[in-house]
Amino acid sequence: MAKKAFQILRQNFGVSIFEAYSYLGDDICVVDKRDIHRILNFLRDEPTLNFDFLVDLTCVDYDKRDPRFEVVYLLHSMQSKARIRIKTPVSEMDTQTQTVSDLWGIADWYEREVWDMFGIRFKGHPDLRRLLMYDEFKGHPLRKDYPVDKRQPLITATETNNSQITPSVDLTQKAMDEYVSEQNGLKVKHMFLNMGPSHPAMHGVVKIILELDGESVVGSDIGIGYLHRSFEKHGENIYYNGVFPYTDRLNYVSPLINNVGYALAVEKLLGIEATERCKYIRIIMSEISRIADHVTCVGAMAMELGAMTPFLYLMQAREGMYQLLEEVTGARITISYIRVGGVKADLPAGFESRVHKELKSVRKELKSVHKLLTRNRIFVDRVQGVGVVSKEDSVSYGFTGPLLRAAGIEYDIRKTFPYSNYDLIDFDIPVGKNGDVFDRYLIRMEEIEQSCRIIEQAIEKLPGGNLMVDFEGNEIPAEKMADLGKFGQTAGLLNQVALTDPTLSGSNGSSYSQIRNEDKRVSMPPKEKTYGSIEGLINHFMLIMEGYGIRPPKGESYFPVEGANGELGFYIVSNGTDRAHRVRCRPPCFSFVAAFSKMIEGAQIADIIPAFGSINMIAGELDR
Amino acid sequence: MGLRDVFGGDNLVTTKLDEAIGWARKYSLFPYPFVTACCGMEYMSVSSAHYDLDRFGAAFPRFSPRQADMLMCVGTVSQKIAPMLRRIYDQMCEPKYVVAFGVCTCTGGFYNDYSTVQGIDTILPVDIYIPGCPPRPETIIQGLMMLQDKIQKQKHEY
Repeated sequence: MAKKAFQILRQNFGVSIFEAYSYLGDDICVVDKRDIHRILNFLRDEPTLNFDFLVDLTCVDYDKRDPRFEVVYLLHSMQSKARIRIKTPVSEMDTQTQTVSDLWGIADWYEREVWDMFGIRFKGHPDLRRLLMYDEFKGHPLRKDYPVDKRQPLITATETNNSQITPSVDLTQKAMDEYVSEQNGLKVKHMFLNMGPSHPAMHGVVKIILELDGESVVGSDIGIGYLHRSFEKHGENIYYNGVFPYTDRLNYVSPLINNVGYALAVEKLLGIEATERCKYIRIIMSEISRIADHVTCVGAMAMELGAMTPFLYLMQAREGMYQLLEEVTGARITISYIRVGGVKADLPAGFESRVHKELKSVRKELKSVHKLLTRNRIFVDRVQGVGVVSKEDSVSYGFTGPLLRAAGIEYDIRKTFPYSNYDLIDFDIPVGKNGDVFDRYLIRMEEIEQSCRIIEQAIEKLPGGNLMVDFEGNEIPAEKMADLGKFGQTAGLLNQVALTDPTLSGSNGSSYSQIRNEDKRVSMPPKEKTYGSIEGLINHFMLIMEGYGIRPPKGESYFPVEGANGELGFYIVSNGTDRAHRVRCRPPCFSFVAAFSKMIEGAQIADIIPAFGSINMIAGELDR
Repeated sequence: MGLRDVFGGDNLVTTKLDEAIGWARKYSLFPYPFVTACCGMEYMSVSSAHYDLDRFGAAFPRFSPRQADMLMCVGTVSQKIAPMLRRIYDQMCEPKYVVAFGVCTCTGGFYNDYSTVQGIDTILPVDIYIPGCPPRPETIIQGLMMLQDKIQKQKHEY
């Protein structure tokens, strides 16, 4: 596929194609920015290629290189399941390139984000405003020359310069008078309503300016970025394993899936693979998180529609999931359990029976919620036929996950690009057909059941064995993942034989001699060696000190996983040091919120609530 | 001669006015949940059945600042949303209490960056800090009880 695509591109565009190569299994093509619109249009419409899905659009700042910036487009073909990454260099002198917002609906917001963060102008973009930062913000924070901790003075509500803020709906008095429509001979003046950013029916911070004709929505402008916490900037400024706590706080309802996605992207860069046992543990923990996410979404949506009981029932089910997570990882929500090359600790004793017990109670709650909601006339009337997005629009807006499946497209990363042994597990992908809120609800409910099935199978298949691999792909025996030294229990450690499992309570190395076989440049020594000998201490320091640690080779990788909301991808550019040059997260709910204006157009105000509940906006992952 | 002798009977309690008001106020806290981020998940946990914040008279959220008397600031406050938080605080009626829920609201947490406010006490007065990322439900309940204690011991305006 790759060769064919490259060939066709060279035939048609010749000199505009600078480079075309494959790296780590990804097909990459570097093209001229003057032809970028034509090339992407061609890739989308050419029947043999048919790259109809814009997965991601981002930018990388290579500060010491000319041309300095590189805009990156990641395309996917729904038909052939092929992917291609198009990169186009943009120089600092002329930061203008062509827009593709007319080709894909989602490109509109992606380009606004790139403008906001990097200051790349997209010629022909209809509405190039800041997206994540506030209008008064000066500079472009993701540029390498913007320091991570440089805060700008707070803008108070009274100081806000209204003339600078330009929402896409015009709010001046004159414009309001002009917004008039005629119905049955009656002239109707439009009304403007501001929803959010702290609104009871908006779980998450988002601001919607609505233009209303009576009670129906004529237009809307959505403002996001109220929870922008500069994840991508932090990712560039901390060593590879240090990014995990930040990934937790992206989608904080299912943080473990973010951990897995990031770890897999770094592992791809290093060319290593986790051990079998670790892969299954990752599956089990991801699915537990997915259940927690889906029950939260369904519960919150039901609550916003006035049904408090399902919310309380489902929170009870989630509590069980949190307790399971806590037993394994030591924390309820922000857990940082995964490491590059493995997981932090093994499953505790008796975990299997606990899981079965909790799954039983999840299924019980699920059954009661089905009884309460699925045939409940009040609920069904409010969600059926609401927030419909067609198949074509779903693809154009880059929908993934439950929303895309509700529109009738069977696309799940766990099946399309299986990772972590998902291909060895038997599960079904529920697919809807109407693309409305009710279908999304049903799909989430069914996915909870499927996740239960996956967990049960993974537990059955869970082999014994090691948890971690080092950064060259060699397995690290369990007893070497020691933690005892952390607790200061160092006396006589060197002679001690391992007694405990490498769980959170800690373990110790069985003997000193076995450790020597490890490559000291890459793998951490066990804790008792660190605390008990000068060599171990030096070895430890060499890996922890500034400028050392995990150093993947120069290059880039993109790895997608199926988050609870859809495709969660991490795009990492390494420059060979211990810090990534660029960490980009492709947030799944970004596209849902981008398409929200379209979703509610023509709907009633009351429909906004279920529609917004169904997209499961998680501000942490939306704004990063 | 005490009050008891004047009014007679045993169904009488004497106290100070300040303490009586404090007692009444501490058990009828109506929170305004200003939920922005991850801590919201734990806020959901404590306010639903398992941990049940209602036992302390503080679970029924009022989404209008004018009806609320406890501003629960749950989650990271970014530079972009800070003006709204201040505005909500200004709209609340006295007596009002502010709970900084989670380490981001206490100090900014590990988000020492261009977009995060380094603790909400830089923009409004805080009564109780509940650290943790996010705080465990038990911590939240303890924080709330400390606030109740504070209200009880306060000198009240009436």
